[in-house]
Amino acid sequence: MTPPDPAVPAVIVATGLRKTYGSTVAVDDVSFDVRRGEIFGLIGPNGAGKTTTMECVEGLRTPDAGTISVLGLDPIRDAYGLSDRIGVQLQEAQLQKRIKVWEAVDLWASLYSTPVDADQLLNQLGLVEKRNAWFMTLSGGQKQRLFIALSLINDPEVVFLDELTTGLDPQARRTIWDLVRGIRDRGKTVFLTTHLMEEAERLCDRVAIIEHGRVIDVDTPAGLVGRHCPERSVMLTTDAGDADALFRAIPRVDAVECDGHRYAIRGAGEDLVTGVIQCLSEHAMRVTDFRTVLPNLEDVFLKLTGHSIRD
Amino acid sequence: MLRGLRKLIWIEIKIFVREPLGFVGTVAMPVLVFIGVGRMLGDNLSSASSGVGSFVGTELPVFVSILIAINAVLSLITIIAIYREGGILKRLRATPLRPPTILVTHVIVKLAFTAVTLALMILAGRRFYPVDVDVPVFGFTLALLFSTWSILSLGFVIASVVPTARFAQPLGGMVLFPMVALSGLFYELETLPRALELAARALPITYAVSLLRGIWSGAPWSAHLLDVTALVVVFAVCTAISAKVFRWE
Repeated sequence: MTPPDPAVPAVIVATGLRKTYGSTVAVDDVSFDVRRGEIFGLIGPNGAGKTTTMECVEGLRTPDAGTISVLGLDPIRDAYGLSDRIGVQLQEAQLQKRIKVWEAVDLWASLYSTPVDADQLLNQLGLVEKRNAWFMTLSGGQKQRLFIALSLINDPEVVFLDELTTGLDPQARRTIWDLVRGIRDRGKTVFLTTHLMEEAERLCDRVAIIEHGRVIDVDTPAGLVGRHCPERSVMLTTDAGDADALFRAIPRVDAVECDGHRYAIRGAGEDLVTGVIQCLSEHAMRVTDFRTVLPNLEDVFLKLTGHSIRD
Repeated sequence: MLRGLRKLIWIEIKIFVREPLGFVGTVAMPVLVFIGVGRMLGDNLSSASSGVGSFVGTELPVFVSILIAINAVLSLITIIAIYREGGILKRLRATPLRPPTILVTHVIVKLAFTAVTLALMILAGRRFYPVDVDVPVFGFTLALLFSTWSILSLGFVIASVVPTARFAQPLGGMVLFPMVALSGLFYELETLPRALELAARALPITYAVSLLRGIWSGAPWSAHLLDVTALVVVFAVCTAISAKVFRWE
């Protein structure tokens, strides 16, 4: 695991968290830190302990063991002071069916000591036309955007987003990703959970992989892939005669598979692709198709846990 | 103090009015029963015994008032169950809103609608009711709000334990309606078998009925200190229990 960068202060420090429900251990000895200004993701399959961990950090649950500090405060003891400085979006939350969008935002604004301008917030989240709509008439994406608006109403220093895009269509998901990046770009810290590896890969600066209540590894997505799944492949099509032998001579190539004019070159390390391109250009080979296959977080998860995250 | 209380109360009132069925059921129904039954029986007043007269003059108003209170309590139980099941309570708790604020809001909203229903009943009664009764309106309103407040705390105990919103209304009814049946509304408590009479005296609605009946007939509050004490005890005990067993999710 990468050591925390001492130059960037941690806003969340969790040490040795443990939470059980009856005989089920939901969270077991979980430790991590979240640094100011980053998007930190807790990733893992459903039931891995993501939500329980997040709700302990938010102060909604009391851990059986371990310590948590958020912005230097204890989430349970200083719950009231902390809730004014953080923004929370809960998994599967609802509002009153017949509350209007503007009423919800207005109510939330009245609860905090430093509310932002409600109309501007609705504008940012594309909810201006829906301001008089009842909550029950909103689409899934609109509800999520409203919940994001509510989590941002107090100009929070840390924003918690739990399974933000679950159940949304790809387009709504992309819109929300842009919004979350926007939150970070305004200097906030974002702590999110997701079971979507693509979401973690595209959005998070650092991720913690959690399974069966334990954190397996913490790093940047690229760092995790580089350490656990260094192998990459280049697939290309060429009619050059002695291609097979030339490809095998490239440094760090482990295997070359050939199917007619199509080749799959497998190897490890960042330099593989450069090596292949150099080889192609040196021997002036004519290439009609070229693509790289890089491992992603999904492969890292498979490698670390022995099963796919969707199982 | 209770930050957000005023805004939350106002929003909850608006939300309640936006649900047509709930509004009609809680506010309009008791008034319609009051006027409807009153007129039906009132037509017989001239020829009938004094029993009908006393029923229309005292018992029916008290009965309808208890109905108003029960409606308020059932609606509270249902709303809390729905809010919990839907995660609304949890979402509200993840704000600086303090838990008591949410509970106080719902009690105040229910009391407000109880007062509105009673006001409608009195207004409609003046206009359409067959019997002219001289009632201490202010005292009776106070007695009804006080009784509702006490029974609402019982509602909170039920709301604390109902597993889902679907069970909230029937379970609330199963607890409350037998209490109404035993409350002495329909007969003198002394005429009940000893065991039932004791059971009746252990139930809060019995004291609410006694208080309402007394105040309606012009008795002073000092004559009903036992009822007032009992209702305060019910409130204290039930509030303590629900503070212990209340679940936010």
